[in-house]
Amino acid sequence: MAEPFILIPGRTSQQGTTLNEGKYTEGYRVEISTLQVAPEDMQRLELEDGDLVRVYNDVGEFTVPCITARGDELPPGMLFISYGDNSSRLMGGDTQGCGMPDSKGLDVFLETAKASE
Amino acid sequence: MSTTEAATETAPGLRVVQDATCTFCGCVCDDMELTVEGDRITKAKNACVLGKAWFFNHHVEERPEALIDGQPAGYDQAMERAAEILLSARFPLTYGLSDTTTEAQRVALAITDWIGGIVDTTTSVCHGPSGIAFQGVGEVTCSLGEVKNRADYLIFWGGNPAESHPRHFTKYSLMPKGEFVPNGRKDRTAVLIDVRKTKSAKAADHFLQVKPRRDFELAWALRALARGVELDPSIEETTGIPLETLEEIMDGMKKAKFGVILFGMGLTMTRGKHLNSEAVLALARDMNEHTRWSAKPMRGHGNVTGADNVVSWSTGYPFGVHLGSGFPRFNPGEFTASDVLARGEADAALIIASDPMSNFSQPARDHLEGIPSVVLDPKLSDTARTASVAFTTSTYGINTGGTVYRMDDVPIPLRPAFDSPYKSDLEILRGIESRIRQRQLAGSLPGPAVSGA
Repeated sequence: MAEPFILIPGRTSQQGTTLNEGKYTEGYRVEISTLQVAPEDMQRLELEDGDLVRVYNDVGEFTVPCITARGDELPPGMLFISYGDNSSRLMGGDTQGCGMPDSKGLDVFLETAKASE
Repeated sequence: MSTTEAATETAPGLRVVQDATCTFCGCVCDDMELTVEGDRITKAKNACVLGKAWFFNHHVEERPEALIDGQPAGYDQAMERAAEILLSARFPLTYGLSDTTTEAQRVALAITDWIGGIVDTTTSVCHGPSGIAFQGVGEVTCSLGEVKNRADYLIFWGGNPAESHPRHFTKYSLMPKGEFVPNGRKDRTAVLIDVRKTKSAKAADHFLQVKPRRDFELAWALRALARGVELDPSIEETTGIPLETLEEIMDGMKKAKFGVILFGMGLTMTRGKHLNSEAVLALARDMNEHTRWSAKPMRGHGNVTGADNVVSWSTGYPFGVHLGSGFPRFNPGEFTASDVLARGEADAALIIASDPMSNFSQPARDHLEGIPSVVLDPKLSDTARTASVAFTTSTYGINTGGTVYRMDDVPIPLRPAFDSPYKSDLEILRGIESRIRQRQLAGSLPGPAVSGA
């Protein structure tokens, strides 16, 4: 069953270095296609590193592998993904008149994609 | 500062470029020592992990000078086609500009003026909301040199400099010894405010884990404390931060001699956006009732600050400017790239050193894919792949000189490391501009309603 989360897309060192190597490199694709989940949520949802999860909102969706976030970096209920093609798929066109679409702190739903893959 | 390039006796093909400038992020560190072998940089002394990746991966790739509808073409042919596309458009958009020189930015803006289009930069999806906030409450500002030499209380808010601006801590803000902070880190107090306990938290004395989308409330709580307003302890439920902690932080802020808030896109990209930035800028302003405080946005791309400067000094506004009426009109939401694309309004695009096809909203991407576009980029990108005309360019700072602006609005010269067989953005844009003017003056295609650069 899908559960609500707040998604924070952001920059990472790995994203920055692999971006320079090229957006079509394996390193970059992996970095922007890996979802970090809080350890408590991983345990509660019985997820293991590498499991595929589907993240969606009313704008779009992506399906990527998840990994356990380092230490206490993420509080429960929050997801993190490196900013890129996947995170942008959940951004709507409305900028509320300021030019900036909602790009962080996105309300999303997460469900396991193991069965469908 | 000096620049020397010298071959050594043992390695005649080897050159060393001193005081080179890294243009990957807004820190624009200008103390690089680059070792160049042929058309590759093999060492980048003083560069951070991001800077090394920047210098080591921008060697010359074997690609056509340009692609027209996916087919290889020469520069002259591509510039002709680009001029045709831009002149035929009724509502063209110029976008990107944060990873090119100030000199190229000026020409891109002139082209937009000649064709009566919109000019917008990646600022609109970065610190554009902060630009709006500047207009609302002003900006109590300072240079990074002042931060280095004076700041004894630093608040990093909504950002993760340890990963996004790795040398900010060591070169500009947290660690360096300065004139009035002679003991460096020991003389400074650092606070990190973020929704995630990132790698930057380790470097801070205090970490405040604010609840998601509650930065506005937190900034206003601090503003209240700055003015001596009593707060209800329920502020913890709202923001995630106990009142005692906020009072302790405010006490430290008031005792500081020179405080600086350095804020990131955790504020501008989250609900509230310009209101979040405005609250933080107002907090810094309020703190000047007690002591010296400033607030500076942490800028991302190497010359995004230059783009703001060029568009501002040329039109009076920093981004999202429409030039089709013969005078500049600024209206975020109406004339910003994400909006004019998502609403399906722009009918052609000139995109310089940016990749909106991989980082814009899906409706914006869908529209951009369907209109003619002219793209300048040193690397192949999703945007270049879908372009009607895609130019391969040299890389600014590595192959071409010019000027870029550091995140604190300080202009810095570039010292390129080696030549590229590809033209610079400046050369290509000048070529397109001259062709547009020739056609307009010959009256072969319609120009803007009122022209003038």
